[in-house]
Amino acid sequence: MKDTTLVVTGMAVLAAGTYAIRFSGPLLRARISFPPRAQRLLEAATVVLLVALVATTALTEGHGLAGAARPAGVLTGGVLAWRKAPFLVVVVTAAAVTAVLRLLGVG
Amino acid sequence: MSLVTRTLKRSVLPGSVLRDIGLACLAVMFTGLSYGAVAVTSGFPLWVPAAQSVFVLAGASEFLFIGIVAAGGSPVAAAMAGLLVNGRHLPYGLALPDVTGRGWRRIVGTHLMNDETVVFTLAQPDAPGQRAAYWLCGLGTLVSWSGGAVLGGLIGGAVHDTRAFGLDAMFPAIILALIVPSLRDRATRRAAVAGAAIALAVTPFTPAGLPILLALPAALLLLREPSA
Repeated sequence: MKDTTLVVTGMAVLAAGTYAIRFSGPLLRARISFPPRAQRLLEAATVVLLVALVATTALTEGHGLAGAARPAGVLTGGVLAWRKAPFLVVVVTAAAVTAVLRLLGVG
Repeated sequence: MSLVTRTLKRSVLPGSVLRDIGLACLAVMFTGLSYGAVAVTSGFPLWVPAAQSVFVLAGASEFLFIGIVAAGGSPVAAAMAGLLVNGRHLPYGLALPDVTGRGWRRIVGTHLMNDETVVFTLAQPDAPGQRAAYWLCGLGTLVSWSGGAVLGGLIGGAVHDTRAFGLDAMFPAIILALIVPSLRDRATRRAAVAGAAIALAVTPFTPAGLPILLALPAALLLLREPSA
């Protein structure tokens, strides 16, 4: 980890901000109504951020492409998840496929 | 804790609900295990996932934070991305009935608001059941998430060659497994694919962590669908 102070600052901002968001809902309950369209947009924003995280961590390393082993493992995990395999099976299979490919000499 | 024991004695909640909450906590613990292991193998000391699991207590944002910082992004930018993901707790708070009570119960109870507690609370037919489900599931997720994270961190710390075991594939696979239910919705899926394409396209030219944030405008694609 590079800069401990900066990481702790980031952690504190995330923790305090999250608590503030949790606290404000019940406070505003009596006063405002949250439009369903805005709620849907917020949900979509969450999914977009997380899928972008999946894509970049699965396919890239630094500023370039990662080898084939990791994307292959993640893709296998993704297919299993889509077919409603249990969480543990998805995660272990993804790691296993990647490990076996590397054992066979795939990057 | 007295509230929990009272809940069990008076059986405000039917056995099937207790069992379902237990299963949900078990699932949370497994995710916590992988979270702790991934954080430590990405180069964070154990106290980072441990502290996050207690003080943030919102899994997706913690994963996002770890992922962005591990890729070399700024921790403050990572916190902002995490807060955006946690924005869903605002409508949660608007939708929930008054389940926490006042004073210190409200201070502590507010922190226990998360995806699982909200789902179980809203599924109960009456106010006492809702309060019991909220506290039981909330305290249960707190214990299982942080316990899982610490245990996973200890296990991850014992592994040295993470690449040989394919552990770098675990992180994206975990996130993917968690969001697959949301991806079954076509409009959301389209926006997510567009966002991922943007993130990948800008990765060669932008500082670490930024590609994920640049994917965000893709969420606006949702506005194109006819309002129902």
